[in-house]
Amino acid sequence: MEKATDLLSSSQSLFSLKSLKLKTKQQELLLRISILGLVYILAFITRLFSVLRYESMIHEFDPYFNYRTTLFLTQKGFYEFWNWFDSESWYPLGRIIGGTLYPGLMVTAAFIYWTLRFLRFAVHIREVCVLTAPFFASNTTLVAYFFGKELWDSGAGLVAAALIAICPGYISRSVAGSYDNEGVAIFALLLTFYLFVKAVKTGSLAWSLASAFGYFYMVSAWGGYIFIINLIPLYVLVLLVVGRYSMRLYVAYNCMYILGMLLAMQIRFVGFQHVQSGEHMAAMGVFFLMQVFYFLDWVKHLLNDQKLFQAFLRITLTCAISVGAIALGVGTASGYISPWTGRFYSLLDPTYAKDHIPIIASVSEHQPTAWSSFMFDFHILLILFPAGLYFCFKRLSDATIFIVMYGLTSMYFAGVMVRLILVATPAVCLISAIAVSATIKNLSQLVRTKTKPTQGGSGKGTTSAKASSKGALDHSLPYQRNGAIALLVGAFYLLTRYAIHCTWVTSEAYSSPSIVLAARGAHGNRVIFDDYREAYFWLRQNTPQDAKVMSWWDYGYQITAMGNRTVIVDNNTWNNTHIATVGRAMSSYEDEAYEIMRSLDVDYVLVVFGGVTGYSSDDINKFLWMVRIGGGVFPVIKEPDYLVNGEYRVDKGAAPKMLNCLMYKLSYYRFGELTTEYGQPPGYDRARGVEIGNKDIKLEYLEEAFTTSNWIVRIYKVKPPKNRW
Amino acid sequence: MGAMVILRLALVFSILTSLSLLAGSSPLPSPELQIVTAERRIDLTSHIVKVFLTLKVENIGESPASEVLLAFSPTEADRLALVKAAVAAGKKKKKSYLPLDVKPTDLPDGPNGTKYYLIHLLKPLGKAEAISLEVLYILTHSLEPFPVEISQSESQLVYYRDSAKILSPYPIKQQATFLKTPTSRVESFTRVVPTDRANAELRYGPYEEQPPYAYSPVIVHFENNNAFAVVEELVREIEISHWGSIQVTEHYKLVHAGARHKGAFSRVEYQSRPHSGVSSFKNLLAELPPRVHSVYYRDNIGNISSSRLRTNFKKSELLIEPRYPLFGGWKSTFVIGYGVPLEDFLFEAADGTRYLNYSFGCPLADTVVEKLTVKVVLPEGSKNPSAVVPFTVEQRTERKCSYLDVVGRTVVVLEKANVVPEHNSPFQVYYQFSPIYMLAEPLMLTSVFFLFFMACVTYLHLDLSISKIKQT
Repeated sequence: MEKATDLLSSSQSLFSLKSLKLKTKQQELLLRISILGLVYILAFITRLFSVLRYESMIHEFDPYFNYRTTLFLTQKGFYEFWNWFDSESWYPLGRIIGGTLYPGLMVTAAFIYWTLRFLRFAVHIREVCVLTAPFFASNTTLVAYFFGKELWDSGAGLVAAALIAICPGYISRSVAGSYDNEGVAIFALLLTFYLFVKAVKTGSLAWSLASAFGYFYMVSAWGGYIFIINLIPLYVLVLLVVGRYSMRLYVAYNCMYILGMLLAMQIRFVGFQHVQSGEHMAAMGVFFLMQVFYFLDWVKHLLNDQKLFQAFLRITLTCAISVGAIALGVGTASGYISPWTGRFYSLLDPTYAKDHIPIIASVSEHQPTAWSSFMFDFHILLILFPAGLYFCFKRLSDATIFIVMYGLTSMYFAGVMVRLILVATPAVCLISAIAVSATIKNLSQLVRTKTKPTQGGSGKGTTSAKASSKGALDHSLPYQRNGAIALLVGAFYLLTRYAIHCTWVTSEAYSSPSIVLAARGAHGNRVIFDDYREAYFWLRQNTPQDAKVMSWWDYGYQITAMGNRTVIVDNNTWNNTHIATVGRAMSSYEDEAYEIMRSLDVDYVLVVFGGVTGYSSDDINKFLWMVRIGGGVFPVIKEPDYLVNGEYRVDKGAAPKMLNCLMYKLSYYRFGELTTEYGQPPGYDRARGVEIGNKDIKLEYLEEAFTTSNWIVRIYKVKPPKNRW
Repeated sequence: MGAMVILRLALVFSILTSLSLLAGSSPLPSPELQIVTAERRIDLTSHIVKVFLTLKVENIGESPASEVLLAFSPTEADRLALVKAAVAAGKKKKKSYLPLDVKPTDLPDGPNGTKYYLIHLLKPLGKAEAISLEVLYILTHSLEPFPVEISQSESQLVYYRDSAKILSPYPIKQQATFLKTPTSRVESFTRVVPTDRANAELRYGPYEEQPPYAYSPVIVHFENNNAFAVVEELVREIEISHWGSIQVTEHYKLVHAGARHKGAFSRVEYQSRPHSGVSSFKNLLAELPPRVHSVYYRDNIGNISSSRLRTNFKKSELLIEPRYPLFGGWKSTFVIGYGVPLEDFLFEAADGTRYLNYSFGCPLADTVVEKLTVKVVLPEGSKNPSAVVPFTVEQRTERKCSYLDVVGRTVVVLEKANVVPEHNSPFQVYYQFSPIYMLAEPLMLTSVFFLFFMACVTYLHLDLSISKIKQT
């Protein structure tokens, strides 16, 4: 590295004035800080595409809930927020918000907001929420730099910072407006890992304490902390097995685990899970194992007799393992330790959710990842990743073992679920950065040994055996320098392609808010479909304050946040039966559905319909999941009733139950009168490309209350019961 | 139920009409004036009722009269948004109107609670002299939808109640009243002979020799499908920055105050049938100052993309479409914001005080604002604010903290109820401001950055370690 700076300093000294001439070290520092600063800014601004294309707004579904709670927090204060019972969702059950959410994100945004307010920046809380994710992405680049520096050297750190700043896998969850837990959680995750690695490396209590606090922040921000609390014990276990046990590890892990656990218990949503749930038992097991190990170490030190120690070891280990197994068995049998949750199972066994929990399988981001999306999200990192692993194995240390384990496990999880690509991204970036940095360093050394042959041999200690061996090879391969130059150019080309790809992906794929739909018009102009907000604002303004809206759970958060009305179910899918009831109402005949809706006090029903615009993720296309989820709880709903020979259709050949169920009626009510496309009969569904099968829909218990201008959202009012006399 | 009451009321009114109610003469205004001819034109085409009154007043007393009284019934007085009077001067060709001062009086109420407004004449009316007065007054909320609820396909019918004869404390020799309805569809109207109807115009009169306080209630039931756009509350915030811009933010609470929408809203009918939803409206026109820049139109869930801005040298027109068409009783809230160049609206008076000259009312065409609050945010450090408004408003001051404010900015708050587009006249806010305050914020920022760098430099040169670690 110093060599590289030598080179740079010689070129720079031409420009710098004699009087201002900096020492080499200072120059290096200046360069590093300015590169980091630029990367920091780059990470922020590359995430602003959505603000420029659309507006400063919250995206997707979950962020609306986070925004609503943050608004509540800033308006009512922390205690009100902590004790908030929300009667606006899950009617009539309600939801204890304070006890069922990870408050880290909201508190962070509120804290930023209050700080800015204190400094007399009169910003709106929405702007803070929109820019929280990019801000934390910028901070993540800093952590990546320090992590890379810890793993390899500061060059690798800089490359890691640059790679992670624009990596699409991370950008997908952290563009401006994507105000979700993951936005701050990746920062917290990487910070915790970095601090833990640092703690293991130094054996210092201070770093270990810091990593416990990092873990606390992570727990407060995202449910993905489970990954940390399982990866770190696994890492410790591996270190124990490969004989890298040390006092440093003992201090780091024990302090981090105990303090981290105690701190995490302060989050109400997590509570006593660290000692009571199956997912957290690995960490506890490793904690006890550490004590046994330490104890054995001490005994070994005292005994000084190999044979005696072997016997003692056998007894102790057997005892410890059997005690542990019995404790686990008793705990599980008595119900003190809860078994693994469905989500955890579905991670370990990708087919589990499909068979047992349709509500998890129905979410698109829980699907197994396709190869194309790996390529899409990682691009050249996918090739650099194995190369980086090679370098890591070449120079094994506690830190590189950690990053290898992190990389391998997270890659597995990324393969199981699309959304977990996010967790793998920092590891992939770090390992690839090692590959890039090490390769370029070696190549540039080769190039330089030729130009300055005198300096090549007399390295200042940094020239390792590898470099000198290459120096020896130098004489045997006459085209080596040219080859190195060619390879350098190649690497430069690859990195350029990576930057171009990342920018393109960010601007094209990950910067649409999904609440506002944009399409190309007939003349190439941009057409905006703002139907969602039209409908939600209509609900907000023109329905009674206490109206209850029934819709599929996807739209629950948006209706409460933007429509400010009570919903039956929302995206926090905590009560499967309640969702199944809604699914059953949607898939029943109108009179049966009316009974269900009366029992749920429903005033309005909201459906999303893409038949006019060709918007394909509408309720008709989601309908089979409603049937499945409804049928999972209420066996009266049977999936085959809605299919014809196993085929799902909405045209004339559709199943009679399909043609008369509530969802079909509400989606296609009076649609038969409308001509959507030239040359097609009226009632032509553009999303599915067929003419609908039932054009004469009469509604008896509901009436159309509002339909948006492009028909994407349709709202129906449930009529009061008829007079009996 | 409500409809029944209204019908009964209408009946009572029509009986009263035939009785030609005569109020007991009041001793209050000395009857030394009389009105020779009076012509009243009532414009019912929009939901804001405009009444043009032409009076020829003659002094029949001995002493010169400098004031003329206008009388309004109590309900009218409540709905009265504006009264203007002018006197015609000059001959036929070069006729010009000189505005006169009109004030509500504190005179005790007349018979049946009649309220008075006082017109101050420019010069007292001498004995046997006559003067021709032009009066304009504007009534809001005076059209009552009936039926109260209509479905999407129906058009909107409204009642208008008034007197066939002009209410006045003076005897009127000859008078006539003309009512102009928006379409020729008039369901019913009260007859007070002579009454005549031709197309979209109704005529009551001419009536001869009416005593003071003559009153004969009439009721007209007609079609009016114009946009009944009522802004329930409007807050206009005008923020002055001496760095070259005035930022205006207007918060609207809009409601369709016509007949309430009943039953289903069908999008397919609204899209395909032209007569469907005639009483609803889907856009509004706002007239903004010329050279307006950075215009936005949004509500509390984000930007509303359906708006168009046309600018030219005289004015800018912003056509805004709420997110959904407004049917009777439907509401919408939104914010319009824009910036205008400072030099167009801020001036320096001769004594060094600065004043803002800006238009008072709501920029939306044909709307009534029930409660208007204008907030003028003066720059930090300005002193002695005072507002000059051509009509009576409530005034107070507030404090507001904006970007990088230390002590906060003075806000002059002006409040007025029942505002119509005719209130769009300029008002002034005077204040004293020293340009040195403009530098406060840049200096603050610079010093903060300076201190930050200083802190960095100090930190780098400090060695805080307790024990020196030996470098090997």
